[in-house]
Amino acid sequence: MKAPPFRYHAPEDLASAVALLAQYENARVLAGGQSLMPMMNLRVAGPDHLIDLGRIADLRGIEETPQGLRIGAMVTQRALEKSELVARACPLLSEAVTHVGHQQTRNRGTLGGSLCHLDPGAELPVAAAALDAVLHVVGPARARDIAFADFPLDYLTSSLAPGEMLVHVTFPRADRRSGAAFLEFNRRPADFAIVSVAVTLTLGAEGVITQATIAIGGVSHAPVRLAQVENSLMGARADEAAFAGAAALAALTPCDGDEVYPADYRQELCGVLVRRALVIAAARAGGPAHV
Amino acid sequence: MSEGHEAGGWIGRSAARVEDHVLLRGGARFLDDIVMPDLAEATFVRSPLAHGLIRSINCEAARALPGVHAVYVFADLRRVLMQDYIPQALPAGGLRFDVDPPCLAIDEVCYVGEPVAMVVATSRRIAEDAAALVELDIEALPVLVDPVEGLQQGAPKVRLSCPDNLVARTKVDYGDVEGAFEGAAHVVREQFRLNKGGGHPMELRGVVARHDEITDQLTLWNSTQMPHRAKALLVASLGLAEHQVRVVTPEVGGGFGTKAVFHPEELAVPAAALLLKRPIKWVEDRFESFTASSGEREQIWTVEGAFDADGRLRGIRGTLVYDHGAATPYGIALPFNAATNLIGPYILPAYRMLIDLCLTNKTPAAPTRGAGRPQGTFVMERLLDRMALQLGLARDEIRRRNMIAPAQMPYTIPVKQRDGSLMVYDSGDYPQCQVMALKAAGWEDFPQRQKEARKQGRFIGLGLANYVEATGRGPFESVSISVGPSGQVIVSSGATAQGQGVKTMLAQVVAQVLGVAPETIHVVVGDTSATPAGLGAYASRQAVTAGNAAFAAATLLANKAKIAASELLEAAVDDLVIRDGVVEVKGVPGHGKSLTQIARALAGTPGFALPGNLPPGLSAASDFMTSGLSYTNGCHLAEVEVDPDTGGVKILRYVVVHDCGRMINPMMVEGQILGGVIHGIGMTLFEWMRYDREGQPLTVTLADYLLPTSDVVPRLEILHLESPTPLNPLGVKGAAESGTIGAPATIISAIEDALRPLDIRVSQLPLTPPQLRRLIRAAQASEMVA
Repeated sequence: MKAPPFRYHAPEDLASAVALLAQYENARVLAGGQSLMPMMNLRVAGPDHLIDLGRIADLRGIEETPQGLRIGAMVTQRALEKSELVARACPLLSEAVTHVGHQQTRNRGTLGGSLCHLDPGAELPVAAAALDAVLHVVGPARARDIAFADFPLDYLTSSLAPGEMLVHVTFPRADRRSGAAFLEFNRRPADFAIVSVAVTLTLGAEGVITQATIAIGGVSHAPVRLAQVENSLMGARADEAAFAGAAALAALTPCDGDEVYPADYRQELCGVLVRRALVIAAARAGGPAHV
Repeated sequence: MSEGHEAGGWIGRSAARVEDHVLLRGGARFLDDIVMPDLAEATFVRSPLAHGLIRSINCEAARALPGVHAVYVFADLRRVLMQDYIPQALPAGGLRFDVDPPCLAIDEVCYVGEPVAMVVATSRRIAEDAAALVELDIEALPVLVDPVEGLQQGAPKVRLSCPDNLVARTKVDYGDVEGAFEGAAHVVREQFRLNKGGGHPMELRGVVARHDEITDQLTLWNSTQMPHRAKALLVASLGLAEHQVRVVTPEVGGGFGTKAVFHPEELAVPAAALLLKRPIKWVEDRFESFTASSGEREQIWTVEGAFDADGRLRGIRGTLVYDHGAATPYGIALPFNAATNLIGPYILPAYRMLIDLCLTNKTPAAPTRGAGRPQGTFVMERLLDRMALQLGLARDEIRRRNMIAPAQMPYTIPVKQRDGSLMVYDSGDYPQCQVMALKAAGWEDFPQRQKEARKQGRFIGLGLANYVEATGRGPFESVSISVGPSGQVIVSSGATAQGQGVKTMLAQVVAQVLGVAPETIHVVVGDTSATPAGLGAYASRQAVTAGNAAFAAATLLANKAKIAASELLEAAVDDLVIRDGVVEVKGVPGHGKSLTQIARALAGTPGFALPGNLPPGLSAASDFMTSGLSYTNGCHLAEVEVDPDTGGVKILRYVVVHDCGRMINPMMVEGQILGGVIHGIGMTLFEWMRYDREGQPLTVTLADYLLPTSDVVPRLEILHLESPTPLNPLGVKGAAESGTIGAPATIISAIEDALRPLDIRVSQLPLTPPQLRRLIRAAQASEMVA
């Protein structure tokens, strides 16, 4: 379990990092290293050049902007977890990040690393999907924004072009009347999710749902937004019947399966977790605590 | 024991562990901490196929890589080996043929991970770079993964050289089994499939081999549980004289059976060091350990139990198929342990279990903590739960009705064991053990709590299981003690330490007799040069064997000290006691000779006589030879909560009442129980070494093979009974594996209880959430039909 040979670069600023990434063939950026380093040690990944982003201060900020919270790609998961600003403006992200690995791995693991690595069981991409996060990337020629919905392409593969890297991510501020919930099922609390669910609900007058987003992780190569379920909830009263109906629809989500966690089991979890998450989100949105 | 020996008061005390000031402050030397000039590092090229014939191995590119010292295949190492195969078979009745492995594959590979070639380089990193350049050409052969299929006509052969896959056939058979079933009021039938797991110590295996040309001695530092056996195999395999081979075990970060059996790398590395004339280190990494290190637990049972109308056992019969993997490094002990441990603390008048051991194209099977016993206990306890349910009896009541009473001790079961003796339970109060456990866990009130929880939509259940464990397997362990002129007390033993506190155990026993503080005693274990004969760590044995040897040796040394002191003090031996390391006249504190003074006197002065004309040296040695196995027992209760919608299980409480006879250090006993239960939780809910149909392992990282983390382990509540065994002077029994043995049966009993009235029957371990969901769905469907 030793990595194959590689050259290590530690640029001090973003421009140098982008230049190095453009300069070298088979180069990878290193964020917190919680996935890339094990993959290299298992010789599943073998970059010739590793560009460590750890010294670039510009990638570490959490700021409020008119568009929402702008969070640097190198902000650690532990910093997200402890940020009062994130808890206030983006409670779903705060809740999701507590499910990521162990405290020790969250000290190293980063927001950008998790989003770009796109493990199917990872939590932060699911939150990003539910929140319609926008990713700001830079490359040798230009900078551009990518909606999270357009970001995952395939298993562990994003739409970052060669030479591009993630700089920061904008998460819209949560609506004052909204509630969010993140739930997952796994065997041990620190594991990747077998299925995870991120929900936001906004309630209008008399507990009518005016906005709903539901994203599910663990069922496919990337998080899935349940647009049909979201639509079914719009205008409905946030009550048990509505949530049961939503859960029944969610349980039809096409899922990948394997020998241990077959597709039909994951579908069951989709239904169970969506129902539970909707109940919690509705309560947090100011609806009845037990609907 | 005489009064003087009691004065120390160290036995029975939860004394601080003498090894901890080193272990906890980072001062310990584990295998990988060993460095020396010119030390090369090795890695192994392992078979990527579960079965195949080696056509060619091309090492040219690997050898050409800068930093590579050598790349060896079997033919290279054979130059220093006495024979092709490691002569490690244990004698075992029922074995049809031995399958000893070679240290590198010769022409046939029989499991993924089997070592095929070995790269030695200036660093592990370079060795791995070179290993990736070794080109293997292996012709694939048909693969056998399932042991039940392996026994069928026309099954693929696991090894072309073996006549078939049935490597051994044995049985446990006594009483009138047919009669038991003919007259039975009730019969329950079950099938169980218990899957493969492993020991997975935090520190994996590793060796450093160095041949010293000046002394012509080969030293092997080896992270092993059995250094003396490793030495014997090296002597036999390398054709060296006994004095030329020394095996030293540094601090070991866990064994759990994984390090009991001798593995091919333990021979390949020293053979390579002889050829290369350079010291070599190999440290197993986590990835390779999943296929390179032995594991076990895969058993398929078809079993039926015959009961009287009142739930008393009349007999049990069935078949047990055991997955032995691709070799037989450890005889057939494991399924035999399983079959005999099924009997547990119960009266079983008639019993026949036919045991077939099948080779498969998987890593060879060898002990994992519990060594077959958890499975046997699981089967018996599941049968009892089934029968109780069918009869409408409480689960504790059916057990009480079948239990061996304390008045029946010693209790003989007509089953012959490995050493030819019958199974004899030596001591214990099984009914009282269960009574205490039920009380501690709130058994009486539980139905009410369960009902209230159900009203809140929570499904909680309480499970219980009783078990015994044969501990303290012989034939012997040895201890020598010396007090030198410096006054230092040195204790040497063939016992070995893996972190469980063996040094503390030995120091406390010696301290008890000599009246010195344990932390002042130097304990040397795991060094074949310090102790010529020894066996090491297996079968929960070291407190029994080495503990009693230490007690006997310390007593001999104390007696010698008293005789010498009587001469020096001009007092009668009977008037002397040992207190705080001083031999003094009873009732006259301060009038005495310290062990240091006596040791100096016995070291001799040129021209002067030794005191009392005693033989020189304040030292003594003793071997403790076992006269039988001592049976530890326990009762476990677990409270769980099941989420019926997800199949998730959470263990809320865990109670153990444990009886391992007299305890030397209760804190260390509880540490063993805790660790054992955690292994049992793993076996029940998490750990599953999976293979696909081609024998490719599917769980080769700790992300895929799930160990129980602290998140899923409840706080244990442990209570003790102490039924001293009459089989040894200290009255102690083993405690190392007992926690594991009770856990699977207990947890599954609790899960089934949580879901009642649904009739859930768990017949596979580990139980995963999807499997539990499947069982719940099926039970709900059949309930709706009913």
